[in-house]
Amino acid sequence: MRRAQTTNDFQWIPVAGNGLLDRRLFLTGGLAAAPMAAGTALGISTAHPQALSDGSWMKAPGLPFSGYGHPSQHESKVARVARSAPGTTGAGGSRTPIQLLNGTITPNGLHFERHHSGIPEINPDVHRLLIHGLVKRPLVFTLEALARYPMESRIAFIECGGNSNFLYEREPSQLGAQWMHGLVSCAEWTGVKLSTLLDEAGVDPRASWILAEGADAAAVSRSVPMAKAMDDALIALYQNGERVRPANGYPMRLLLPGYEGIMQIKWLRRIKLTDAPTMTRDETSRYTMLLQDGKAFQFNFPMECKSVILQPSQGLTMKGEGFYEISGLAWSGYGKITKVEVSTDGGKSWAAAALQEPVLSRALTRFRIPWRWSGGPAVLQSRATDETGYVQPSRDKLMAARGANAYFHFNGITSWAIAANGDVKHVYT
Amino acid sequence: MFTHRRFIAGAASCFMIGGAGAQAPGPNLGQPIAPAAVAAWDISIGSNGAGLPTGSGTSKQGEAVYLAKCLACHGEKGVGKPNDRLVGGIGTLASKNPVKTVGSYWPQATTIFDYVRRAMPFNEPRSLSNDEVYAVTAYLLHLNGIIVESDVMNSTSLPQVSMPNKDGFVPFVPGR
Repeated sequence: MRRAQTTNDFQWIPVAGNGLLDRRLFLTGGLAAAPMAAGTALGISTAHPQALSDGSWMKAPGLPFSGYGHPSQHESKVARVARSAPGTTGAGGSRTPIQLLNGTITPNGLHFERHHSGIPEINPDVHRLLIHGLVKRPLVFTLEALARYPMESRIAFIECGGNSNFLYEREPSQLGAQWMHGLVSCAEWTGVKLSTLLDEAGVDPRASWILAEGADAAAVSRSVPMAKAMDDALIALYQNGERVRPANGYPMRLLLPGYEGIMQIKWLRRIKLTDAPTMTRDETSRYTMLLQDGKAFQFNFPMECKSVILQPSQGLTMKGEGFYEISGLAWSGYGKITKVEVSTDGGKSWAAAALQEPVLSRALTRFRIPWRWSGGPAVLQSRATDETGYVQPSRDKLMAARGANAYFHFNGITSWAIAANGDVKHVYT
Repeated sequence: MFTHRRFIAGAASCFMIGGAGAQAPGPNLGQPIAPAAVAAWDISIGSNGAGLPTGSGTSKQGEAVYLAKCLACHGEKGVGKPNDRLVGGIGTLASKNPVKTVGSYWPQATTIFDYVRRAMPFNEPRSLSNDEVYAVTAYLLHLNGIIVESDVMNSTSLPQVSMPNKDGFVPFVPGR
């Protein structure tokens, strides 16, 4: 039963079981009145233990200017975590600390990385982009030439095809949200439309695919359907306003909004137009989903609709009962997120979270919902819906459809169980 | 209505009709390059074998390459450890614990040549000759029981190798 409680000039309304509150708590501007209200209605306040005094940083001038800024020294734990293949230092992945960030844009130094043979140190003056194959006129572009083209920006997530694959495992991983889901990031990418360059090269009507190849030591290569290349693909030169970072493809990368990360070839050096997929190692041996009958799904390009609660999440500890904002990220390679529902009772009841504007197609979308934690057991889940009407499946449903060996593209629901002592565990429900 | 998008599309189709001499209505800052001048970069091998270079190799020759260049990462006879296992697992894909290797999982033999030439050995990519790549490809195929020891791999024979899992891949079904 709904029971409204009014405290001064705002009200909170339970909207689902176990303490979930109406998302409009924030939208009505009620938070301004929250300190007093929270003390009486949502949280437990204790007196500040000592009198206020000035910090030493107010008693002498601060630091001088710098050429390139860095985060506060007190934020050093907000860092990527990395693991590389045996005997290598740059063949693996580093993961974004998504549980420690807020908003939707990933700082460039924290964007996840997935390299197959390290980060090449490319001299931009000698780097070239070749477009050839089924074209009337093979063309070579310098970075200087590309920088003169009309540019567009797209705010887009990039997610590794292997993100969240710990959730295919038989026992719930306790590695934390960063290890489990941190192979996704979001940036504003700016560059030249690939279709402009393909038009200039003159597309042979027989061309139905492109092969994109990087200038790294693994020369990672993937086939991409021609339709995507002509639709919204960019040769990205800029990432959040500055040149693309070396770890993300300097001096240029392919951007294919919504598609599996590895297809968005970093250090892009070559695009070959072909009449069939090339069947490269990374579209046959890897990034294919082995099913229970022994067949494997191939050419699964857009990342499916997914969401995960990040605050709180496993690895973060609750600090006592009372008010919390549950917050997380949702995204879909098929378009915009239209709804994220949250449950704190393991899926028995759900309530719609607020979606932070602007909600952009194929970009990370921040969701938030207020919660009064009773201090008792709770199981937190989020369930996203995208504009195609597709609803993020439960883990059970996904596992039934794919089996335990699909490895890639896990997009089922994540469950965080909160114990009375505030510990957060990853559980399967 | 005359939209910007239609203008671009219309101009592009005019260009297509115009043939090689015409230029698209873009900045046109790319530099034309002769096909022969891109040969060093044109390393991808089509699934029909297009792009395979001249040269050849046998399993016996490949074993020597493997022992010198591959063994440290992939183990004796491709058993794996510390890095990927390359041999065996045929018939396990539908089991609870599938073993995915070059032999059991890779659908096309041309991919082995393409990948080894572009990316292996890990610490010395592009150091093998085409003959050596053909030879080590033959060695891996032989170890997996897919070709016999005397088979010679070259641009004609390699695309004809029938991999055990050649029909194992199906297009993704959205919603699964």
